[in-house]
Order: sequence, then structure tokens, then C-alpha cells
Amino acid sequence: MDFPMFHLDWLNDRFLIAMIAILHVFINHGLAVGFIPYITWLEQKGVTDAGKNQITDLDWDNLVYKKMKIAFIITTTIGAMTGVGIWFSVALVSPASLGSLIRVFYFAWFTEWLVFVTEVVLILIYFLTWNNSNKSLKAKTRHIRFGWYLSIFSWFTMAIIVAILGFMMDPGNWNNNHTFFNGFTNPIYLPQLLFRTPTAMLVAGVFGMLLTTIFAPKGSEMRAKAIRYAGKWILASTPLVIIGAVYYWNVMPSAMKVNMATAVGSMEFSQYYQLLKYFIVGTASLSIVLGVFAFFKPKKINFAYVILPCLFVFGFLGIFERVREFIRKPYVIGNYMYSNLLRKEDYPLYKKNGILPYMTYTSVTEITEENKIIAGRDIFINTCSRCHTASPEGVNSITYVFERMYGIGKPLDENSMASYIPNMHNGRTFMPPFPGNKKELGALVAYIKQLQQTGGSLEGVQTTGVKINPLNSAVSVSKKIEETTKENEKLLTQK
Amino acid sequence: MLIQINTPVPKDIPLDLPLPEWLLVILLIVSFLLHIIFVNLMIGGSIVTLWAQIKGLKNKDYDTFAHEIAKTITVNKSLAVVLGVAPLLSINVLYTIYFYSANALTGFAWIMIIPLVTTAFLLTYLHKYSWSNLENNKSIHIAIMAIAVAIFLFIPLIFLTNVNLMMFPEKWGTVQGFLSALILPNVFPRYFEFLGACVAVTGIFIVWYNNRKPYPIEEIYTSFSRYDIKKIGYSIATIGLSLQILFGIVVLLTLPTKGISYSVIGAMTLAGILLAIALWFSYKSLVSEQEKIDLHFNKILLSITVFMVVYGGSRQIYRHNSLEKHQKLVAAHTKEFQKLSAEARENPVEESSELEIDPSFGDVARGAAIFKQNCAACHKQNEKLVGPPMTEMVSIYANNIEGLKQWIKAPGKKRPDYPQMPSFSQLSDEDRYEIAKYILSINK
Repeated sequence: MDFPMFHLDWLNDRFLIAMIAILHVFINHGLAVGFIPYITWLEQKGVTDAGKNQITDLDWDNLVYKKMKIAFIITTTIGAMTGVGIWFSVALVSPASLGSLIRVFYFAWFTEWLVFVTEVVLILIYFLTWNNSNKSLKAKTRHIRFGWYLSIFSWFTMAIIVAILGFMMDPGNWNNNHTFFNGFTNPIYLPQLLFRTPTAMLVAGVFGMLLTTIFAPKGSEMRAKAIRYAGKWILASTPLVIIGAVYYWNVMPSAMKVNMATAVGSMEFSQYYQLLKYFIVGTASLSIVLGVFAFFKPKKINFAYVILPCLFVFGFLGIFERVREFIRKPYVIGNYMYSNLLRKEDYPLYKKNGILPYMTYTSVTEITEENKIIAGRDIFINTCSRCHTASPEGVNSITYVFERMYGIGKPLDENSMASYIPNMHNGRTFMPPFPGNKKELGALVAYIKQLQQTGGSLEGVQTTGVKINPLNSAVSVSKKIEETTKENEKLLTQK
Repeated sequence: MLIQINTPVPKDIPLDLPLPEWLLVILLIVSFLLHIIFVNLMIGGSIVTLWAQIKGLKNKDYDTFAHEIAKTITVNKSLAVVLGVAPLLSINVLYTIYFYSANALTGFAWIMIIPLVTTAFLLTYLHKYSWSNLENNKSIHIAIMAIAVAIFLFIPLIFLTNVNLMMFPEKWGTVQGFLSALILPNVFPRYFEFLGACVAVTGIFIVWYNNRKPYPIEEIYTSFSRYDIKKIGYSIATIGLSLQILFGIVVLLTLPTKGISYSVIGAMTLAGILLAIALWFSYKSLVSEQEKIDLHFNKILLSITVFMVVYGGSRQIYRHNSLEKHQKLVAAHTKEFQKLSAEARENPVEESSELEIDPSFGDVARGAAIFKQNCAACHKQNEKLVGPPMTEMVSIYANNIEGLKQWIKAPGKKRPDYPQMPSFSQLSDEDRYEIAKYILSINK
């Protein structure tokens, strides 16, 4: 609407964000939030288990250090950059929503930044002073204390960002009163935090066990001990994961209710919702089996036994993120902004005058037979392209979703599509209502029809640039504003 | 005037700024300076490491020097990234429309920052941790750093292109992708000035780093003394500062007229003078005798720090001047749109989704109208569209209106070759009854 639309017509814009975000969550939860306390705990075990005349068991300490090195390198490269990447990709794909969120959550993000700076400084100190701290017991104790500080701060970074994630699903009272506090204390906040904290611990424990099977020499006592400790860690976190996941799972439908017109929601949701149930049961049982096995038979455990549970717990985290994304629909910010980046409050205006006059970037302001397809394309990019691709080859392409309804490979019928689109949000409650008027609807279906016929594709502004809507150029806008001021003055003098 | 026809005036986000504008501007400048110092050290450090390692092929002490600097890059890069978040946040909230538009218009390059910088970071770790492993494969080891440096040299161009493009909405209609935005005036002069700053700041950092008392120079190097290394630091700083002044003048001369004012020129000239002072003392330190080499360090540090604040300030004034008029238009446009939107909310158009009752249907007229609105997109009377035709429904539910009503409320999946029907639980029970009544009436 007000922003030039970046668009990836094959990969799908959402997928770009998803790819970067999911990688970040894996690293953040599994290698930082859950991993640092796990590592610190193990480091401490090295000291407490060491002989009286030793500061720590050096072989053990070295094994723990190696694990930390992996986490350190990954978190400070891929972890840090995917964090920035979420910002960058969301700014490209969903600028209106990110812009709105920042206005609401500036303080949260600013605090997050302060905590984040502390976290990075602490992780640098913790990792880079590791070997030097082995020179005296005093230094080692202080080092371990730094590990605990770091654990607390990495948890804080997550505790803040979860508020924003919860807000997008269900802003709670914010829609009545736009204050920061109302946004922060949204109904999904606590359930998500209680789910994510132990899940991070679980993922870290399984991943830590995997690293042990790589770094510790086979058959050694040290390896058995490390695996047993990981087993304990997993067994301790799994019950909390179950409680957190079930709690979160139970509040999901209420978040859904806020966003969807219908109470029970769509079939896609119920499918996901069922799937989550299996994932909770599956992950919990698998983790318990792994934990018990590791505890009683640590020598039997090798890489092959751990890799599957490891993938499974990452998958568990991933599927919860996917459902969280889905629940938001048809909104990107619950009850405020639809996933097409249009604010709900502006819909009556679009219905009245059409959407084209208000688009900043389009060459068409008056639809005619000649410019119909171009108008359709501009409407598509402003109202559909955040989730759908134009190219029939693309992910979730618009022609595919219609063909799935009307028959794969069959020619699409403009009339059927035109009677379906204005009502689609009734049947498919995850879809936002179509914002335009009758003529614009006609242009859109003509464009979709042509896409199917010619197999065309749609380039984003990053390659084609933008055409400025003459109604919204600096010349017309300043003229309009002058006129309104004059009118207002006239009204005032008349009074 | 002509150009204004091609200047878009988008509407802003209709939510209040979280803080007063002046405070956000201060936060932007201060946090950006902190960020850029570590970016300077990361890029300058990588360049110096590469140079020293190549020199180290002949003189072992240079190789050691390269290793020592390499150890600082991975720390500085972590701080550079994390300190970048605050200015990003502030520029996002202050210049939402401008920054995001520039990002989108250079989208591919913009998102490529993520994988490219990640790669460069991983390479710097690989380079640091493989120093002894690749002892006998120096060319490979140096090549790793060379790739990292190449990436580090490219990334600033993307950032500069964006912060430049955001100041010129009148150009948004003319650019097509990153490359065409890259060649807009002032990007390259600013880029080379920036590289000069990277080298200069790194030179000063090297002097400080090697001047720390607990840092055991004698244990680390075979022939280099503390004095030798500090001299290297000052030479690097002197080269960097000279580059900065040279390209700073080019920046000033190629500055597009739009945002220029006396205060911009004044601040930039003051910044130039401060650089010249730093350069003079840096040069004096370089040619001084051993005992006097530390004499001017604090003066250099002070003039560079003040330079950064003044130059950062001048950029902000320039940005403010360039966008002032446009921001006013945007604000007025946003307000007007808000007004129109509120008016339309109060007096909504008659929704075409109001039921169009056709009296000819008799007592099923209401059901027919609801059917048309909710069901007709998928169901026709005699043939399959998305779902089965109405005639089929009649054959299944002929005497079972309750069953049909129930199905509409909670449909299942019966047919493998049809998509599952969504639930119509949002309709009232009466409306579902009306629909069912209408469907079952069609053959009568």
C-alpha cells in the first residue's frame, strides 16, 4: 500500500522469513538459552567431581570447552546474523507490520538490546577466558559464576521477544488501548514462555549429548559420565516440557478465536492442532526413552542413537512455530492488521472508493478494458502477494490454489472466481476479506486467468522498480492539502 | 517541479512515535557511532591482518602481528553486530517509510547481507583457528582471509546505497534494483571516506592495544619491540586519516544540493579540521623519537572522537534538511487519509453482501439468498464445481434436513477426489436451516 513491494515469485516471501527465523530459533533455544546453563552445570561438575588437589578434571573440562566452542562459533555467526536476518527479511516482506510493531514495542526492543549487548559481552568473556581461568580455583569459580550470569541474560532476551510474538497472535487489551504495557501483557505471553524455557533445555540436552558422542573418546569413563549427565538433564526437563506444551496447546484455540470470525476455526488449523498433540506425546516419550537409556546404559549410546531424537526435538520446536504462524491468520497483528498488511479499520474506505486510488505505487487509477491486466497485477501485488506467488510454478501460487478448488489443469473461470473471492473469508477463515471494489475484483480475476493461460510471473520492486500513482505524487498531494486547508478556512470564516 | 510528479508521497504508520523525535535522533546518532567504531575495527582489522600476513611470508614477526590482530576481529565483529541493533531500531522508527522503501528497492542486495556477513564471520573464525594447522599452506590460509576481506569491503556499499537512497524519494521511481541505486551521486565518495575511517580507527586501536602494560610484547614477538608495533599503528592511522580527508573533500563537493545548508557545510568543515588535527599529531608521533611516541595519543583520540560526533551530526542535519519538506507532505497525507478512513467507517457503503432476496423463490427466498452468498462459489445446481452439485445433495438428504444442516455446520471429508468443505459454523442455526431448506427444494 504505502511501501514498494519486495517479492519473491518462486520461493514465496513468507518462506524467506520462515527459513531465517526457524534457523534462528533453533540456535537461540538449543545453543544459547538452554545450552549455556547446561554447559555451566557441566563445568561446575568438573570442579566438584575433581580430586582434592586439582582445580578441575582437565580432560572433562576440555570436553565441556569443546562443546562450548561449537556453540560459541555458531551462535556468534549464524545465530547472530539470522537474528538480524529476521529483521531484514520482515522489513522487506512485511514493512507495515514491522513498522507498527516497532512503534508499540520500541521500549521492549530497546531493553532487549541492552540485555543482548550484556549477553554478547558475557559470552565473549565466558568463552575467551575459559582456558586462563583454569589456573586457580578462585578464577575457575568466578568463571563458573559468569556462566550462570550468561544463562540468566540469554533467558531474558528470550523472555522479552516472546512478548512480541504473543502480541502478534493475540494483542489482548491493546486494541482498546494502544499502550506498551497492554501489548506486553498479552494473553499468550506466559504460556509461550513456560513452553519455550524447558523446551530450550530439552533441545540443549539432546544436542549436548550428540556433541558428546562426537568429541568424547569411545569407551571412556568420561564419555559414559557425560552421557549420563545429559540423560539426567533431559529427564529433568521433559516433565516441564510436557506441562508447558500442554498449557500452550490449550490456550491456542483462544488465540485462534480472537483472530478468526469463526469459533472453531478452519480445517487446516484442526489438522495442525491434532498434529501438535502427536508431536507432544511423541517428543515426550522419545525424550524419556533416550534419557532413561542414557542414564542406565550410557556406554551403549552412540551418535546414531542420538541423531534421531535430536532431529525430533528440533522438529517439535519447529512445528510449534509453524502453528503459531498459522494461528495469526487472517491477521498479521491480531484484529488490527490483516496478513495483506492492510489495516482492518481502513477496509470501509477501500470498499467505498476502491483500493487503487490509495495505493502509492501503481500506474492505473481508472480501470479500463486495456489496462485491466496491469491493474489486476498491481492489485495482486498489494493484496495477495505477501502469501501467494503469481507464477504457477511458485510456492502456494494463486493459480494452484484455485486449480485445487476447480480442478487441476482445468481452465479457470473468471465468473466463478469473482463470485468466490468476495466470500472466501467466510468459508476459509484464515483468508482476509478482499478489500477492493467490483471493478478491481474483475481486474484481479482477469489477471489470475491470464497467469494460468500464459504461465507468467511477477517480479518484485527489487528488480522492476516502482511506478508512482499520479494521485499520490508530491504534486497532487500538496494540491489536495492546499484545497482542504482553504476549505477549512472558508468554513471557519462562515462560522 | 517536473521531478515532483515522480515523487511518491506514501502514508506513514498511523501510530505515535514511542519517544519525542529529538530523543530518538540522539539515540540514533550515539548508538550508531558506537556501532560504527566496531565496524571500523572489524573491517580495518581484517584489511591490516591480510596485509600483515602477506608481509609475514618474508618476516615471521609480521605473521605473528597478523595473528594478534586476527584475534581481535572475531571479538570486534560480535560487538559490531550487537551494537548495530539499536541504530537499526531507531532508524526504523524515525524513518519508517524512507528506510523500508530503500530496503525494498534494493531488496536482493539487502537480504544478501545476511548470508554474506555470516560467511565472512565463519571465515574469520576458520582463519583464526587454523593458524597452526595451515602453517605449511600459507597461500590457502591467506586466501581464506582475502575472501573475508572482499566480503567485508562489499557490504558497506549496500548499507551506504540504502541510507543514501532513503533520502531521495524523488529517485525511487527511477531506480531498478541495487546497481542503479548504487550509482546515485555521493555513494562512492562516502564509501571511500568510510574505508579511510576503518583504516584510521584500526591504526589508533593498534597503538592502544600494544601499549597496554600487561600485554607481553617480548614473549609474543622475536624482534619487534613495543615501539616498532606502535610505529606500525601510527603509520596505518596516518594513511587512513589522509584517505579520510581526501575523500571527505570529495564527499562535500559531490553532496547533492537538496539537503545542503550553512550548518551542514559548517559542521563538515569543522569535522575536516578535526581530522586534520588528528592527522598532524599522528604524523608527528610517527616521526618522533622512541620516548616521545605516546605524547600525542590522547590528542589524536580526542580529535577523532569529536570528529565522529560532529560528522555524525552533520549527516543527521543533512538528512533532516533533505527530508523535511517531504515528511511534512507525508504527515499531512497520512492525516487526510485517516480522516477519510474514519468517515468511511462511520458511513459504510451498503455492503453488496446484504442479502439480495429474490421473492420469486417464495418461502425459500431467504435460503436462496444465503446460499448465493456463501455456497454458490463452490456448488452449482446440476454439475460439479468445487464440490458436488445440489442435485446430489438432494439424493442424499432428501428426507433428512437435519442431517444436511449438521453437515453444513461440521462437514467431514467423504470424497477422496474433492477438497474438504470448510465449516460454516459462523452462520446461525436458522440460516443453516434456511440453506438446507432451499437446497432440498430445488427439484420440487
